[in-house]
Amino acid sequence: MKFNLFVIPFILGALILFAIIIYKYIRWIKSVDRKQEYFIRKNIFTFKTIRAIGEIIREALIHNKIYKKNPLLGYMHMSLAFGWFLLIVVGMIESSLSSGTLFKEPWLGIFFNYFITTPHGFHMADTLSFIMDLLLLIILSGVMLALIKRMRARFMGMKKTTKHHLYDRLALTSLWFIFPLRLLAESTTSAIHDNGSFLTGSIGNLISGLPVQAMELPLWWAYSMALFFFFVSLPFSRYMHIPTEVVHIFLKNWGVTVGEQYSGYSDIQINSCSRCGICIDPCQLNYACDITNVQSVYFIRDTRYNTLKDEVANNCLMCGRCSESCPVGLDLTMLRQQLRNKQEIPGKLYYNFIKKDNAIETTDVIYFAGCMTHLTPKIIISMKKIFKSAGINYWFMDEENGVCCGRPLRQQGFVQQSKDLVSKNLRIITESGAKLLVTSCPICYKSFKDEYTLSIPVMHHSEYIEQLVMQKKLKLNKTTIKTVYHDPCELGRGANIYDQPRNVLNKFTSLIPSESEREDSLCCGGSLSNTLIELSQQIKIRDNALEELTKHNPDVLITACPLCKKSFIHGNKAKVMDLAEIIADNIITDLNNNTTSSKVNKAELVLN
Amino acid sequence: MKNWGFTISTSRTIDMDKADLKTYNKITEKVPSAKRCLMCGACSATCAAHNHTSFNFRKCHLSFRRGQFENLAEELDKCMLCGKCKLVCPRGVNTRAIIFNMRIFLNDLNYKKISL
Repeated sequence: MKFNLFVIPFILGALILFAIIIYKYIRWIKSVDRKQEYFIRKNIFTFKTIRAIGEIIREALIHNKIYKKNPLLGYMHMSLAFGWFLLIVVGMIESSLSSGTLFKEPWLGIFFNYFITTPHGFHMADTLSFIMDLLLLIILSGVMLALIKRMRARFMGMKKTTKHHLYDRLALTSLWFIFPLRLLAESTTSAIHDNGSFLTGSIGNLISGLPVQAMELPLWWAYSMALFFFFVSLPFSRYMHIPTEVVHIFLKNWGVTVGEQYSGYSDIQINSCSRCGICIDPCQLNYACDITNVQSVYFIRDTRYNTLKDEVANNCLMCGRCSESCPVGLDLTMLRQQLRNKQEIPGKLYYNFIKKDNAIETTDVIYFAGCMTHLTPKIIISMKKIFKSAGINYWFMDEENGVCCGRPLRQQGFVQQSKDLVSKNLRIITESGAKLLVTSCPICYKSFKDEYTLSIPVMHHSEYIEQLVMQKKLKLNKTTIKTVYHDPCELGRGANIYDQPRNVLNKFTSLIPSESEREDSLCCGGSLSNTLIELSQQIKIRDNALEELTKHNPDVLITACPLCKKSFIHGNKAKVMDLAEIIADNIITDLNNNTTSSKVNKAELVLN
Repeated sequence: MKNWGFTISTSRTIDMDKADLKTYNKITEKVPSAKRCLMCGACSATCAAHNHTSFNFRKCHLSFRRGQFENLAEELDKCMLCGKCKLVCPRGVNTRAIIFNMRIFLNDLNYKKISL
């Protein structure tokens, strides 16, 4: 058996690592929701598993998403992850070929050059040793880039990088030491036995004047010790993401989702975070308000080490820009939501006082304006005009005595209270027997879609208007107005509605693109999710968004959310209109056919 | 007697020497803008819960400020946290945060989850 005492730290480290990881995974997977477990059992032997493996290669090894952000940053991650992976695989192949059997000492591939000193002893030996040297060179270039990134993050396309804990710094240092030590150890052996390829061989030749015989063993010991320290610190540092990300990708592909309650899957997601810090730059609290300790990376770190404070959990706009940029694809907003959830007071009814005074009307379409829309009455007037022009029989559900949809409560963690409101609204909607629910507020829209168990379709007014225009129920004047569209957080990233409002605007105005739109769109600062920022900070966020949106001097800034409208309107930079308003202003009303309705319209316009 | 829908408030005395005013400071530490409130009542005028009940944020805030906590927890539970009050506030007070914190403070044992 090929053995030397310096192998022991490596074996010990690897054993400790596997024991801790297996213990942790069993505990987490056991505490995954029952409902979610069903998905695992259902999908484990399907095509989805193969798709997951594909994603693992693409994301965990090659780091495709980071490449898209910055090629150099992507290369750095790929060289370390994929390079090291290949180094292990090729090392295994090399050792199997040299010993002629598949089952040999498991450490042989790691310390190959020390034990196999005959350079050309087996099939493809030269090629393999060339590949090994090349891989080592690639990894070393990655380590170099990582060093540069620590000093100048801007060079890699990042304005700020993560400020790390002591654990992480220790693990990081041992990781950086592994490869240079391997290079030196292999080079010294090569100086003695001449068994290296272009890299280790040349360095071996260079240092052959030194007392290589005395240096060899200490260097191999140092290499093994670096591996030991890295392995032992891995489960307690950010490098836990290396194995956990693989588990996460499998579970994600099998259809496991983050629910409202903290579960084992949340633990897996939290441990999949590599603390790369890519989520720091898109955060508006970071660059507009200079709040630097609440970003998702720190939130997840604090959650993991049980040091989470209320200030960190609550100081977030929940705009979802970080989730959109996360290279691991974590549900950061939902995780924060889970941690915000308050303990429930069972059986308590909070909103007993709500009695529906107005009779429930039975119509095909229910219109739910939402609390915020009542503060922007122009949207309501416009929606009424749109309904009338399209000849739709609707019931305005919350015209008087409206009840909140429950989402603002839920975002602050009052789940029980929110459910109370949901059941109240649900009863009204079901009793009306309507076939469609239209809402003007993206917050309500998301709530109706995700938290209510409605049997009827829900539409935001931007979707509904698009449908009416496509069905030619609304005829619009062609105009030359230059418009720019702002994606509200809850409507865009929250509910994936990007195209519908743009399609409508393109029909009758000239829509100009803005710098950050669609998934990159900015938050207006009015978000209800944050209870900590003050008005002055909110204004900074708003001005930052307004600046981006009005760069190309649009005539009108269009949005589809009453809260965004309310925020932007005080910025005084451009004329702000809701989608419904600009539509209502440009409807061609047939005067000959329907004189009464046009009179009403005029009366309503005077009210404006 | 004719019912006018409103009555004259019964007279009452608040002994400010006995009132626990320190509690309010805990709220103002978290929400500094609370100090700007001038009790105009715009928040109560727009309140979604006020449509259904006599819930009145201005009153709750004033009671809390004076250290009168009787029935306040139950009263605050009527709020739906919709945030209309925050948008209409002429003084830029983060009313929603005040309610949120008062609620957690008064129901401390029930609501506390994240350790500080």
